[in-house]
Amino acid sequence: MMSLWQSFVELIHELIPWLDGGIATVIIILIKGIALVLPLIIMMAYMTYAERKVIGYMQLRIGPNRVGPIGLLQPFADVIKMMFKEIIFPTKANIYLFLLAPILAFVPAVAIWVVIPLGEGFYITNLDVSLLYVLAIGSVGVYGIIIAGWASNSKYPLLGALRSTALLVSYEIVIGFVIVTVVMVAGSVNLNEIVEGQKGGAWNWYFIPLFPMMIVFWISALTETNRAPFDVVEGESEIVGGTHVEYSGMCFALFFMAEYINMIMMAALAVLLFFGGWHSPFEGLPYLESLFEFVPDLVWLLVKMSFFLFLYLWIRATFPRFRYDQIMRLCWKVFLPLTIIWIFVVALMTQLAIGPWF
Amino acid sequence: MLENYLPVVVFIFLGVAFGVGLTLIGWLLGPSKPNEEKNSQFECGFPAFEDSRMHFNVRYYLVAILFILFDLEVAFVFPWAVVQSGLGWFGFVVISVFLFLLVVGFIFEWKKGALEWE
Repeated sequence: MMSLWQSFVELIHELIPWLDGGIATVIIILIKGIALVLPLIIMMAYMTYAERKVIGYMQLRIGPNRVGPIGLLQPFADVIKMMFKEIIFPTKANIYLFLLAPILAFVPAVAIWVVIPLGEGFYITNLDVSLLYVLAIGSVGVYGIIIAGWASNSKYPLLGALRSTALLVSYEIVIGFVIVTVVMVAGSVNLNEIVEGQKGGAWNWYFIPLFPMMIVFWISALTETNRAPFDVVEGESEIVGGTHVEYSGMCFALFFMAEYINMIMMAALAVLLFFGGWHSPFEGLPYLESLFEFVPDLVWLLVKMSFFLFLYLWIRATFPRFRYDQIMRLCWKVFLPLTIIWIFVVALMTQLAIGPWF
Repeated sequence: MLENYLPVVVFIFLGVAFGVGLTLIGWLLGPSKPNEEKNSQFECGFPAFEDSRMHFNVRYYLVAILFILFDLEVAFVFPWAVVQSGLGWFGFVVISVFLFLLVVGFIFEWKKGALEWE
């Protein structure tokens, strides 16, 4: 995979030799970026298809099956329909902020992917503090929601924005503490080094020493991405559609895309932090290792991510929605004490040299 | 070192380009037939009779303040977490004192009822 990239980069340099180094670098990064973002958007589109299909079968329905064979072209039909819908500007809304909000929600969702490694040495950039970058950019998405709620100048969006902002910032703290425990075990804030620390078979993955933190991380990820059963942000029965009430057409589609790209990002993060990233689960096993040697590391990462993406749908089809106060209680009174205690547990285990992982 | 951050800038630009581009496509392709009813704010079927910039519960504000506190705490704990295995018991005691001060504050606000939602 990387050699392909290298020859591709050399080809660009040969094609445009008249450009000086700086501009050529930017163009190469741009092409790399588009080569990452376009598959991401297609993945997000098929995530919506998978959601409808999987939940359909879980509820003994068939799901979409009209557009294309077994409904495979449904996402494209949705996109085309969405493009031809009118974008409505409410009279009382603040137009500039109203238009800015969906873009502000979409940009961080895309920008996070610049540091996510997809294979050994297969990344756009390798920041020393890539995990901190993920946390920092991830918090910017809150601005999109709160500006959308404020700019709509309508009651339900404002209530939805307040709710979701309080929820997102609360669970961000929990995710921060969980990531601290991972960093303590790995001894690095760099995603590549964290994955390299989990090399050598499934028993080296961090979900074993940090099992409670893995559970907490996943529940927080559900909340951060506004997924059922924690989707009070757009609880239809309570506040209609939350912040998206006044949005229509492509403006709404941007919010929607941001949410699904964030879901994929959280699944990738869970795999990178706790499930060995691109490493094969059979590393170190005598017979299976050579049997599965031909599988590229990108495929392992995608297989593990698919499991987590399926988990989103499975959880959504299984659990009813929680009440808002229950979710806040879960965050502040259960997860926060638990994560702080677990930081001490990990620190003590490191100092006393307990366990094979440190 | 710093050139590692160039792709970040490019990606933010790419995100803005995608966002603005998709909005423009929707604006160009979609119809635009506004009328008064369509453009009024959503309110369960009747005209809105109150300003929508209304009062809201002070607890949201409280959560925001707590968030700043704890998020700063996370930011301070990160550098320690990276090197904690090499610091030994000294580092452990120092971070214990630091976290203890925050936990005391956390217990105080719990007892004060700042975390209750009813």
